[in-house]
Amino acid sequence: MDYIDIDVCGLSCPEPVILTMDAIDDNPGKTIRVTGNEAHTKTNIEKTLIMKKKAYELNESDNTFTFTIEA
Amino acid sequence: MNFINSKPKLLLSGLLIGGLAATLAFLGNPANMALCIGCFLRDTAGSLHLHSAEAVQYFRPEIVGLVCGSFLISVFTKEYRSTAGSSPMIRFLLGFMMAIGALVFLGCPLRMVIRMAAGDLNAYVGLIGFIIGVTIGSFFLRKGFTLGRSYETHNTSGFILPITLIVLFILSITTSLFLSSESGPGSMHAPVPVSLIAALIIGAIAQKNRMCFAGSIRDIIIMKDFSLILIIAGLFVAMLIYNILTGHFVLGFSGQPIAHSIHLWNMLGMFVTGFAAVLAGGCPMRQLILAGQGSSDSAITVIGMLLGGAMAHNFGLASAAAKAATDAEAAVAGGPSVAGKIAIILCILILFVIAATQKRKKTA
Repeated sequence: MDYIDIDVCGLSCPEPVILTMDAIDDNPGKTIRVTGNEAHTKTNIEKTLIMKKKAYELNESDNTFTFTIEA
Repeated sequence: MNFINSKPKLLLSGLLIGGLAATLAFLGNPANMALCIGCFLRDTAGSLHLHSAEAVQYFRPEIVGLVCGSFLISVFTKEYRSTAGSSPMIRFLLGFMMAIGALVFLGCPLRMVIRMAAGDLNAYVGLIGFIIGVTIGSFFLRKGFTLGRSYETHNTSGFILPITLIVLFILSITTSLFLSSESGPGSMHAPVPVSLIAALIIGAIAQKNRMCFAGSIRDIIIMKDFSLILIIAGLFVAMLIYNILTGHFVLGFSGQPIAHSIHLWNMLGMFVTGFAAVLAGGCPMRQLILAGQGSSDSAITVIGMLLGGAMAHNFGLASAAAKAATDAEAAVAGGPSVAGKIAIILCILILFVIAATQKRKKTA
């Protein structure tokens, strides 16, 4: 499966959310995979996805998380 | 304990933080100050002999409590991560400028809200400048502003600030190494255990609810998200109730404690603080919390604020508070010095240069 990969590891707020929102807006109908490593980044992205009513799947392992989003 | 997705919990957490701040004010912290990060870092800088303004020197346990509260809860909830490497010197500069802006206005964003809740109309003028600063910072964020990535470091790096603060705190209560004001705002403080415990609780709550004054306005502008502002609303309501109940609510521009009514510079001071806070990824309080949860970049921003506060007093950049006439002294209009005005203009120029030049690469 093809993904649009967005790496937000180590970026300050609100850059991860901005990059995620931009990827969703720029790639309608595609699948976007966002990888990050800060707890508050995960919370902020999840909150935004819920607000924008976007379907997503969240996977976590060790210190990283990955959102797979239907744009 | 997920605060962020529950609006009632966010509001409640703001009320709780406001209640604790009101307790500190009731038990001795300066009027309309209660818990001002800019002022308390400045006081701490004075106690550490970094500046010589005798009225504002006291090792504030609140600074220790906020950082350590965030540190402890983040370790406990496994959110602690030691990171560094995201443009540290720019962050130092942003912290330095946040302190200069705050001391020209006479308060950080937290004190601005506390002053607003006491009826100080000068703080509402400052709020206008703060909102404009955050808006312009948000514009640059949308245009691709970035300070780059931070990277995982050895845990020791993130431990240094909390441990240093604990050591300094122990020295502050067991030795006479540090200075302590005998009059003025630095001489006013709640009992040390209360200050420390209240700040530990606030630090832990703020780590969980992501409280940020700049972030709450930035989120409204960029994402139409009103959740973080609920925390600030809760804080405002708690302080408003406290001020009304204790007779400290006085609506007006004049007669306000540790404030001045030079509107343009109140606005520009908070403009600088708001603009710098958005570029740095958080207001002064948020920087303390992020530093507690392991960010050495935020720790550098905190050191920038500490030194900015010290320099603001060493070089006469901080504003003078207005004072009514007494039998012994004539009235003082207060406001910024010429040096303070020049510093603010320089800060604004530097902020625009930083905002315009630190751009994200297309492949980020």
